[in-house]
Amino acid sequence: MIQFEHVFKRYPERGEALTNISFEMKVGEMAFLTGPSGAGKSTLLRLIGLLERPTRGDIVVNGRNLATLPRDRIPYHRRDVGMIFQDHRLLPDRSVFDNVALPLVVTGLGHKEVGRRVRAALDQVGLLKRERAVPVALSGGEQQRVGIARAVVGRPPVLLADEPTGNLDPELSKEIFQLFERFQYVGVTLLIATHDLALVRSMHYRTFSLGEGRLVNDTRGW
Amino acid sequence: MLKPHSRRRRLPKLAEQFQIWLMQHVQNALATLGRLFDTPVPTGMTVAVIGISLAFPAALYVLADNLRTMAGSWDQTAAISLFLRYDITDAAATPLAEQLRKWPEIARVDIISRDSALNEFRALGGFEEALEQLKNNPLPIVVAIYPHAAFAAPAQLETLQNKLLRLQEADFARMDTVWLQRFQAILDLIQTGVVLLGGLLGMGVLLIVGNTIRLEILNRRIEIEIMELVGATSAFIRRPFLYAGAWYGLLGGLTAWLLVTLALILLQGSVSRLASLYRSEFPLAGLGISETLIVLSGSIALGLIGSWIAVERHLHGTEPN
Repeated sequence: MIQFEHVFKRYPERGEALTNISFEMKVGEMAFLTGPSGAGKSTLLRLIGLLERPTRGDIVVNGRNLATLPRDRIPYHRRDVGMIFQDHRLLPDRSVFDNVALPLVVTGLGHKEVGRRVRAALDQVGLLKRERAVPVALSGGEQQRVGIARAVVGRPPVLLADEPTGNLDPELSKEIFQLFERFQYVGVTLLIATHDLALVRSMHYRTFSLGEGRLVNDTRGW
Repeated sequence: MLKPHSRRRRLPKLAEQFQIWLMQHVQNALATLGRLFDTPVPTGMTVAVIGISLAFPAALYVLADNLRTMAGSWDQTAAISLFLRYDITDAAATPLAEQLRKWPEIARVDIISRDSALNEFRALGGFEEALEQLKNNPLPIVVAIYPHAAFAAPAQLETLQNKLLRLQEADFARMDTVWLQRFQAILDLIQTGVVLLGGLLGMGVLLIVGNTIRLEILNRRIEIEIMELVGATSAFIRRPFLYAGAWYGLLGGLTAWLLVTLALILLQGSVSRLASLYRSEFPLAGLGISETLIVLSGSIALGLIGSWIAVERHLHGTEPN
């Protein structure tokens, strides 16, 4: 589902962010991406979501070779990759419902279908009753769950999360990760960047470790 | 749990796709209009500036149009009025007219007898009492002379005028067309002005709309970024801004139309009074249907182009580089 082959990413200002990364993830696999700050975790996720292109190497996601994907096809690729951010990236002036509906609205889906799917997604993250609230009225954990609902509402085959629990206490973090596990059960491929090593160890999934832009470890889960 | 889509989504049928596309456009257009009305004061100011900018050339056009109509009604007036000596009688004037009709330069000759001139004068009003005091009709006979089109140039008219003055019956001759030609030249000048002013102010409208849309894009930067993250196409992101430009144009065009029409209504009273002093009626022509359509489509086009320029310059999308 996600395949990296000798991928390099170099920034003109910062030098090499990723060096010779190769790995493959199968459909329905869940994996963690760990490493210290600046090791290149975010960069790797950004490459998968085509927020950036690699300097060298091939990336194939969901059967698409991202190196040759024309610019005007990028939006369609992003619809197949749900992205979750540490800072949620919610629209502050829109309701929870409207925030979650955004990925469906941009595809031109009809009103009824949007409503049905948004409520299904909110139900999954346990926020069905808060659909009319604005993000600031929610707690940090709830806001992150809205972000997750937005990422999964289009039912993408790939889900990426960049430090999804960075601002949350351990109890809430655990809840979020349990939520991710449930997506994995239904066949979503998940890659989660985190530095919450204790949680990573307790969950026994495949773990990629990055260090200074290199893939230093790839431990198989159970 | 919702299952993810395993492969590519089922492609909708063409008719279905078209329906979705149309729905998106209608929704987008209405939503954009709603957003404009959410901030009535800034929207109103932008629309007013566009309206005033477009009203200027439109008003000038209406002015030129009315002046042309007025000039057209004067084409029938004599090119030269030949005033005969006071002692020439109506009986003597008739053979003179016959003689003049044979001149190659002259197309038509009308005699305005003393009596008819006096009656006309009376009808003007205000002169009745003065005329009552007179024992005799003080007015001379006037021969109105219409030259052939081929002899209507100013120099030729002057030659004709001199030729007429050499007649022994002639007292003096007044040329009526020189000023008409000057008037035509002024009209041409105004028309050039309409084009120039229209061009300049049209550019102004482009800049106003462009700047308004640019600010709107900057205000909604975060929203645009998030829409791109969740897979909005650039067409989808541009659409509301282009619609906003078109709405600004349409509302501005309507404002311009309204301003011109209001100005005409206010002016009609004084124009009617002026026209009645010349014993004529002069209904002011406003912007007709085709002119209104030109103003509106032009203003919509200006709005669209202005917003398109802003969108092109400021919506580069979030990479990838």
